[in-house]
Amino acid sequence: MSILHTVNKSPFERNALDSCLKFATDGSALLLFEDGIYAALKGTSVESPMSDAVGRLKVYVLGPDLKARGFAEDRIVEGISVVDYAGFVDLAAESDKVQAWL
Amino acid sequence: MSEVVKKFMYLNRKAPYGTIYAWEALEVVLIGAAFDQDVSVVFIDDGVYQLTKGQDTKGIGMKNFSPTYRTLGDYEVKKIYVDRASLEARGLSQDDLVEVAWEDFETEEEIDNIVEVIDSARVSELMNESDVIFSF
Repeated sequence: MSILHTVNKSPFERNALDSCLKFATDGSALLLFEDGIYAALKGTSVESPMSDAVGRLKVYVLGPDLKARGFAEDRIVEGISVVDYAGFVDLAAESDKVQAWL
Repeated sequence: MSEVVKKFMYLNRKAPYGTIYAWEALEVVLIGAAFDQDVSVVFIDDGVYQLTKGQDTKGIGMKNFSPTYRTLGDYEVKKIYVDRASLEARGLSQDDLVEVAWEDFETEEEIDNIVEVIDSARVSELMNESDVIFSF
C-alpha cells in the first residue's frame, strides 16, 4: 500500500510538512511542489527534519517550481530528487493513492 | 497632490507564486507611488522569497514579476528592508537577493542598491514610526 504524499505549502508558514512527516510511514514517497519546495533547500531551519525524511522516505521536488522561485538544483538537500511534471504524473500513477497535505 | 506626507509601510510576508499576495502587494506599491508619500517596502518571513535572484517561471506558466522589483527605485521607493532573521532561517543571505538601484533625476544622486538587510528590532521600530501599514 504505497502512498504518495504531496506538500505544496511553505514549511515556514503552515504545518503541512510537519504533519506529513509525522504520518508518512517508511518507504512512502513525498513530493514537494509550489511553495512546498522551500523545504527542500539546504541551510534552512527545517533541514534537519528533511534530512531525516530523506533517510526513510523517497523525497522528490518539482523542478519547474524550484526554478520559478530562483533556486538551482545545487541548493537542495542531498538525497532529494528533482522531477518534472511527467515525473509527478508517474509518481501518482505508481502509487496506490495520493495524500495531498493542503 | 495632497500636502500631507505620510509614512507608508508595505509589509510583505508571503512567498511569490503560491498565492497572489506578493503580486497584489507589488501592484499596490506601484499604484501608491502616484501619491508622493514616504514609502518603505519591508520583507519579512516568507516575504523574503519575493526578492530571490534568478526566478524563471517559464516552466510553471505564470508571469515572472520578479524583474519589477528592480524598477521600484524608479517609482520613488527609496527604502527597501529585509529582515535578517527571516533570511537566516531560510538559509539565505543578501547575495541571494536582487539589487534595486535608485537615482534622483534632479540631483543625479545615485544609490547602487537600496535593499537593506536589518535586524528584527529595527523592523519593529520602523513599524512603530509608520503612519500606515499595508499588510500582505
